[in-house]
Amino acid sequence: MKYYRMHVLIGINETSKQAGVEAFIEALKKELEANGLQDEINILETGPLGFFGKGICLTVYPDNVNYEDVKLEDIGELVQEHFLKGRPVRRLLFSAGGKFTPKFNYESRIVLRNSGIIDPENIDEYLGTGGYEAWEQALLNKKPAELVDEVKKSGLRGRGGAGFPTGLKWSFTAPIECEQKYVVVNADEGEPGTFKDRLIMEGDPHQLLEGIMICARAVGATKAYIYIRGEYKLSIQRLRKAIQQCYEYGLLGKNIFGSGFDLDIEIKIGAGAYVCGEETALIESLEGNRGIPRWKPPFPGVEGLWKCPTVVNNVETLANVPFIIKNGADAFRKYGTPECSGTKVYTILGDVAYPGLCEADMGTTLRTIINDYAGGMKKGFRFKAALIGGAAGVILNDSLLDVKMDLNSLNQYAAVLGSGAILVMNENTSMVDMLWSILRFFRHESCGKCSPCHNGTQMLYDLISKIRNGQGTEDDLDLLLLIAENMQQTSFCALGQSPVMPVRSALENFRDEFLALVKK
Amino acid sequence: MYQEIFSKYAPTKDNLIYILHEIQDSEPRHYLSEEAVQAVSEYLNIPANHIYGVITFYSMYSTKPRGKYIIRLCESPHCYIRGSENILRKMKNMLGVGIGETTKDGLFTLELCACLGVCGNAPVVMINDDIYGDLTEDKVEEILTHLREVKQ
Repeated sequence: MKYYRMHVLIGINETSKQAGVEAFIEALKKELEANGLQDEINILETGPLGFFGKGICLTVYPDNVNYEDVKLEDIGELVQEHFLKGRPVRRLLFSAGGKFTPKFNYESRIVLRNSGIIDPENIDEYLGTGGYEAWEQALLNKKPAELVDEVKKSGLRGRGGAGFPTGLKWSFTAPIECEQKYVVVNADEGEPGTFKDRLIMEGDPHQLLEGIMICARAVGATKAYIYIRGEYKLSIQRLRKAIQQCYEYGLLGKNIFGSGFDLDIEIKIGAGAYVCGEETALIESLEGNRGIPRWKPPFPGVEGLWKCPTVVNNVETLANVPFIIKNGADAFRKYGTPECSGTKVYTILGDVAYPGLCEADMGTTLRTIINDYAGGMKKGFRFKAALIGGAAGVILNDSLLDVKMDLNSLNQYAAVLGSGAILVMNENTSMVDMLWSILRFFRHESCGKCSPCHNGTQMLYDLISKIRNGQGTEDDLDLLLLIAENMQQTSFCALGQSPVMPVRSALENFRDEFLALVKK
Repeated sequence: MYQEIFSKYAPTKDNLIYILHEIQDSEPRHYLSEEAVQAVSEYLNIPANHIYGVITFYSMYSTKPRGKYIIRLCESPHCYIRGSENILRKMKNMLGVGIGETTKDGLFTLELCACLGVCGNAPVVMINDDIYGDLTEDKVEEILTHLREVKQ
């Protein structure tokens, strides 16, 4: 193994690809060679670096310097100044001028512990961090029931939105005796503003695969499907590569490690429908139908894909599993709160100094997340509101900044932690516009199965448009909430039950703004 | 004419979505013709009405011929507050088409879509398989002009 003086991490993602990152890397390599540095400095193509800069972004270790928007013509200066003389190039430094320096917080990371550090396309790097040890233990040293118990004890709850205890979900499927069971991974991330799963898959695909393997072993499934959005081209490509590497290394296939256990993982690609994030709609889509939700019960755990017992889990949920099996439930419980253990991956966007990806303990306050992980508000802007959990989320005002971000605490505000999306808005953002945009989204995405949702979303959109145009009355505000509440009680699936959350929170927290627009 | 695609998939219903994806991608005008649906119907032995049901449900499929470049502009809340409406207006002006329409030269189709998951760089547009982020009206001008020239 070679030792390097310096590591240059280059994030490969949609943005950097657009900026021509492939040509950039080639040119950088040439420049290093020309200076005789190729054995001293390592270039690593990796996933998300934890901050969202423009164009091509680099992180340089051990200096821990972040660059953004680096262009081909900057390479010479970068190599001469920084790589040779150790002086970071100030004009390229990633900085949005925030009050705080964000901490990237590598201590309390579970899901993202390798993300942005290892090469996601190389299985050896994942193995080098202790990867697939949990899979080996799960196959050779532990009984499936022990795996279920361990996950139960860890208190891991679903990270897709509903927060259902994962171990409990598995325990419904595990004891059923039948020929075929399935594991389905819900990677159909469609909640607006959410892309944590994409970054997990791009940054560390093997961790997800290991989680799937352990889950399959625990419930006795021999086939797993990853249902992924068609738009996530890079995730699909990286997962395909990762799966192929697993077959080559004998981590998947027939009679794995001589244990007699068979497992195949296959990628299935969605075709663009928000409702397919609902587990039964997702199963319908996998079977080749319109993605329309099914009646529950029977729950998928008992009767799912092709009427076989099926465990459906979110990407982030499964990415937590290898840690739990390898280090034990108690180690996992050290993170987060007693009722809600572990960490949560957030994507913080909007008017913060350092928009980015972070992982924090469950129960961290919104204020801490914004100030410590995102560097506070962008210079010159004041905090007005935060939209948490995407469209099916809630809009909070500054009086709620100290709300603890975990499933139990947020439930008090009738909110869900959901997708981990945090959108921070400044004082110039109109909440009426925001709600209009959210309700337009629901109108578009309603699948049309049940009337409360397909009529309700249209009515909500018409009403908010009327209010936005200054034609509404105060009664319309009450009507808006009444319709949304009715939809919550009568809709078939979570899609129609969700609009009440943004509607109620917007009207409660920013009523004055709506009143200012209605006719007196 | 679709035999090559069919040969990759077993004739079971769960492969429908993938077969449709491949046929649409192989078709220069990015759509699913009546003949294609008929052929799929025969291969999978499922009725054409089921296939049409699937095609019209998912936003990535089209039954109408589309342009060489499919422009899918994100209209979700994040892009909206970052000014996606201005981007849309600019595109409409430059292309002279409305939403869901194709330019006369058959080059561009303008569509709206839900969140593309690249919200860190909002507003965002996906043109065929490529994502363009941090859009401004000038950048739109640059991208569309570039794509027009590539054709010639």
